[in-house]
Amino acid sequence: MISLQRVTKRLGGQVVVDDVSLLIAAGTTHVLLGSSGSGKSTILRLILGLLQPDAGEVKVDADTERPSRSIGYVVQEGALYPHLTVARNVALAARAEGWEDARQRTRLRALAELAGLDGELLDRYPAELSGGQRQRVGLMRALMLDPPILLLDEPLGALDPITRAELQTQLVRIFGELRKTVVLVTHDVREAFVFGAGITLLNHGRVVQHGTFADLARRPASPFVAEFLRAQAPPPEMTREL
Amino acid sequence: MKATLVLVALCATALWPSPAPSQPSAIRVGSKSFTESYILGEIVAQIIDGAGEARPERRFGLGGTGIVYGAIASGDIDVYAEYTGTIAQAILKTPAVTSVEPLRAALAPLGLTLSGPLGFENTYALAVRRDAAQRLQLRSISDLAKHPTLRAAFDPGFLERPDGWPGLKAHYGLAFADVRIMEHALTYPALANGRVDVIDVFSTDGQLARLDLVLLDDDRRFFPPYAAVLLARRAVAERFPRTWAELQGRLVGRIDTATMTRLNALADLDRRPFADVAATFLGDTARAPRAARSGRELLTPGRELVTLTVEHLELVVIAVAVAMLLGVPLGILAARRPRLAQVELMGVGVLQTIPALALLAFMIPLFGIGTVPALVALCLYALLPIVRNTHAGLASLDPRLVEMTTVLGLTGWRRLAWIELPLASVTIMAGIKTSAVLTVGTATLAAFIGGGGYGTLIVTGLALNDVATILRGAIPSAVLALAIHAAFEGLDRLVIPRPLRGGP
Repeated sequence: MISLQRVTKRLGGQVVVDDVSLLIAAGTTHVLLGSSGSGKSTILRLILGLLQPDAGEVKVDADTERPSRSIGYVVQEGALYPHLTVARNVALAARAEGWEDARQRTRLRALAELAGLDGELLDRYPAELSGGQRQRVGLMRALMLDPPILLLDEPLGALDPITRAELQTQLVRIFGELRKTVVLVTHDVREAFVFGAGITLLNHGRVVQHGTFADLARRPASPFVAEFLRAQAPPPEMTREL
Repeated sequence: MKATLVLVALCATALWPSPAPSQPSAIRVGSKSFTESYILGEIVAQIIDGAGEARPERRFGLGGTGIVYGAIASGDIDVYAEYTGTIAQAILKTPAVTSVEPLRAALAPLGLTLSGPLGFENTYALAVRRDAAQRLQLRSISDLAKHPTLRAAFDPGFLERPDGWPGLKAHYGLAFADVRIMEHALTYPALANGRVDVIDVFSTDGQLARLDLVLLDDDRRFFPPYAAVLLARRAVAERFPRTWAELQGRLVGRIDTATMTRLNALADLDRRPFADVAATFLGDTARAPRAARSGRELLTPGRELVTLTVEHLELVVIAVAVAMLLGVPLGILAARRPRLAQVELMGVGVLQTIPALALLAFMIPLFGIGTVPALVALCLYALLPIVRNTHAGLASLDPRLVEMTTVLGLTGWRRLAWIELPLASVTIMAGIKTSAVLTVGTATLAAFIGGGGYGTLIVTGLALNDVATILRGAIPSAVLALAIHAAFEGLDRLVIPRPLRGGP
């Protein structure tokens, strides 16, 4: 379970998270939706403990001594270490935990299969991979220690449309198989629709509306909600043609 | 792992003991880095050798007064040739005292003593061409005041010093149509070619023996007397009385201005080795080969190159290794503590602004002369590029990659060793490479405080104004810089992870 109670965070003199309360039940997938500057990535970093709130409280069911065992974190383009092979990148947290090589290798193979990554790529360097492959490696690294919580910050942001659609489908499948607590940050309304049982729409650091996609679409809390959803909807003529 | 091995090897080199201190039966003879001082040093060394009481040890080319006096004051050398005017003005700071007896009395509390005057003075003088002197009836400096259309060329030192041109001008009321700054060695050809009419000279310059010049009489006694004497540690003079008596007997009052000028000309103009020139003066050619055994002058070029290369490499490798062992941790510390970084980077920056020669001179009171102070100074000099690049490399890492180390549970040394140092390795190695190549060049200055290396030839060559000798030191130094650069390119392959290396 993850809970934020009336959390406020200022960065560089600006309020980036403003009195946000949020409750995410264990085993569910939750989407933080908003345009850039809405404070959604900052909320992830507050959950990770990389930032401390200026006001309010962040509570996470996690090993506070070793948060790496409890929370996996995936960012846009993977943030892989260019000097390490794929295998080394993925195994970093396990090496820090002192896992034996054999155990690391077994886990690597299982993860490659889960993420749909060709096993031959394990000995390559990140620069030799495609964007979609790097994103899969980022996911594998986050899952190495099998943490109960998985945080993803625009994981599909920098991909071409076909790769994005393919990876999106696979992520939905993976989240379903793993039954982890997933928090996914995106600006993309369709991603929110695909992933989220629960969606929180943010604007300028404030929560605009909590709810399912249907809630947001049918009972928008403010004109902003309707506007935000409509702005990204394909024109009806286009949908008809497709 | 490989990087660790390299580091361990470098540590071992750095801790290697420096050469053992000289044996007690040696008398260490110093000299400044100009021809006359080398020749007098060589003469003193050969007389000591002949007396048979102690073995002479040559520590020649120790820069200027500051360095060579520092060396005798701290007990690193035992005797060298000095001038009364310099002792009065620069050492004792009592310009009024100029004769030998009161100077000797003033030096006694410092544990030093003086020989009697050797017989010549090496003082500033003004020189004109003989034809001009006859045409304009110039005999003394006073006569110059009547000819304000003359052109002069002075060396930078003479132009600045109060006992040089500024004082002289006021003392005699002189004015010239044109006063140029010119390197001392170039003023002679300028005068001979008629491009200028008056130049400043030292009264024993070898050139004076060959060119048809007239030294103008200092008729109103402006230039202080610079009589040559031997400055020695009293303890050594007392411990080897026969040698000290022999030195006084064979030198005091025995070298007149004409003789010294002739000896300088032999070295400066005829390119005769100092040991030869000294032996010529002593009239004992049989001694020259004996001197050759200990002196550097007569080594075969090949042997000389090997010896100097080993000395030079030793300086560079140890200095850079120690600078790495200090500089990389200092750079890491600076990257961790931004406020400390300001102070630290400014500190190493200030070190860099100290002229290398001055830094070497500061080392003498602390570490004496020779290899150790040279290493300390070189090491301090080598620090800046290493500290700065380590700091810059770590501070400029992608913050998302650094943040991810926390998320992955990498803390302390793991974060540093697995992620940060490898990612910054290109920048850090570039700093170390810069530092090493710079140190090869800076190490040539070590010769000024007896640190050895290629600089020995450069310092000698500068004293003789002999380009060939300078090049014998400068070319190997440049080659060594290239070789060191290539060696570090190789080291890059060991230290920098493959995907981070540029190129094919």
